[in-house]
Amino acid sequence: MTPPALTFAQPHSFPGKLIIVEGIDGSGKSTQLLLLQKWLESKEFNVFFTEWNSSALVRETTRRGKKSKTLTPTTFSLLHATDFASRLYHEILPPLKAGMIVLADRYAYTAFARDAVRGVSREWVRKLYNFAIRPDMAFYFKVPMEVAIDRLLGGTRAQLKYYEAGMDMGLSPDVSESFRLFQSRILSEYDKIVDEYGLITMDATKDIEAQQNQMRQLVSQALVNYKPKRGTHGKRASVFWRRFAVRQSE
Amino acid sequence: MGNAHQYFGDGLPYVNLSDLKGKLIAIEGTDGVGRSTHIDLLQEWLEVQGYGVITTGWTRSNLMSKTIEMAKQGNILDRWSFSLLYATDFADRLEHQIIPAMRSGFIVLADRYIYTALARDAVRSGDRTWIRNVFGFAVVPDLVLYLRIDVDTLALRVIETKGMNYWESGMDLRLGVDLFDSFKKYQSSLIEEFDKMAEEFHFQVVDARKPPEEIQSNLRSKIQPILTNGARAPELTQESPAAMQSLPNEFPTSPLKP
Repeated sequence: MTPPALTFAQPHSFPGKLIIVEGIDGSGKSTQLLLLQKWLESKEFNVFFTEWNSSALVRETTRRGKKSKTLTPTTFSLLHATDFASRLYHEILPPLKAGMIVLADRYAYTAFARDAVRGVSREWVRKLYNFAIRPDMAFYFKVPMEVAIDRLLGGTRAQLKYYEAGMDMGLSPDVSESFRLFQSRILSEYDKIVDEYGLITMDATKDIEAQQNQMRQLVSQALVNYKPKRGTHGKRASVFWRRFAVRQSE
Repeated sequence: MGNAHQYFGDGLPYVNLSDLKGKLIAIEGTDGVGRSTHIDLLQEWLEVQGYGVITTGWTRSNLMSKTIEMAKQGNILDRWSFSLLYATDFADRLEHQIIPAMRSGFIVLADRYIYTALARDAVRSGDRTWIRNVFGFAVVPDLVLYLRIDVDTLALRVIETKGMNYWESGMDLRLGVDLFDSFKKYQSSLIEEFDKMAEEFHFQVVDARKPPEEIQSNLRSKIQPILTNGARAPELTQESPAAMQSLPNEFPTSPLKP
């Protein structure tokens, strides 16, 4: 009656594929994942996208906890694990079982890096996520601290948020300085994780197109024996048109 | 204070337990067994003796109580989210209520403790390792009082009082055709888990089928030995005049107090 316990240690046996991206804020991982999604869809693959900390169940609570600044390293970690569990069950497993390609923006490795920096036990957070399934491909977008900061401050997200900057850790009263210290600690955690779990390291200082080409090449190779299942034809207009490379004029 | 407090597993690396002067007493037992009634009486009894007491209850954290209610209404919980929501609630109370209170020397009466979560998860999954690892950050209580009851008596008692509800009947598990059927199967499995843990974690077992007065005096006699001035405290079976001896003891018997 109960499903067999999933374990992070072994590869999954579902017909679908799970591809995830990791990296610090400003590494460009979300952009790369979006471009990968466009490409896969244009190749007629059924793609499902899911992102960190987005389940309806938990998002509201996390927001409340962040606002009142009462989150501790442990409740912070547990809330994200709850969100992850809920998404795994509702968003990741069903499409994988149906044979789809699931793209995840951040995965358990984000928790391994961030939560360890916040001060929870490294062993504990790994055991906590033991119910997760191992991705088929995991990309780590490696970027030097300064590049990430330039991208964040100069670009799309002008303001650094309290928890993103690790202000709860009391590293520095200055938000930018706190962000710098916090993220550089996360960077060194990621370095360990890359070795521990064999993530594919991408040079995130390269041009967007160059990175994307490399990513597509690697994904192509990994999908050689993958047989996509056909659902509906052209379920979304944009996908339909992209497939025939017709410019949408009207 | 005598023996130092410990974590169950990996613990909270950023919280030192060496200065926890208070005591942690957990009251466990399945739904409808009368835990909260007895906790009220115990609190009164302890306060009369001059002990500072706080109580903490399952799902009552500021952070999570609303979320858990919402989740329950949706009935959409998978095993992991179900257990992790409770773990988050527990962590919030542990760090914001239980540990600070113990640091200030309070006696903490916990209405349910992690054993409830361990039992519920084990019944749902058959796997005991993961959930125990998750709760590795919990502090081991000084005493666990287990109000034990058999499922037939429990079923009668619950019907007589508040009635059976969806979650206490484990309806999410589809164990039986109706509420009663499901309730009995679910609660039997829980009791079985509690019985196993009673041995493993050295619970003090109290027969919850006895009359309330008897249960209460049983609970008190099991708490007495861990109290600071336990050796000299008078026997309190009722609200006897001896209960008025409530001045704080300025010279605790424990020689280890710094």
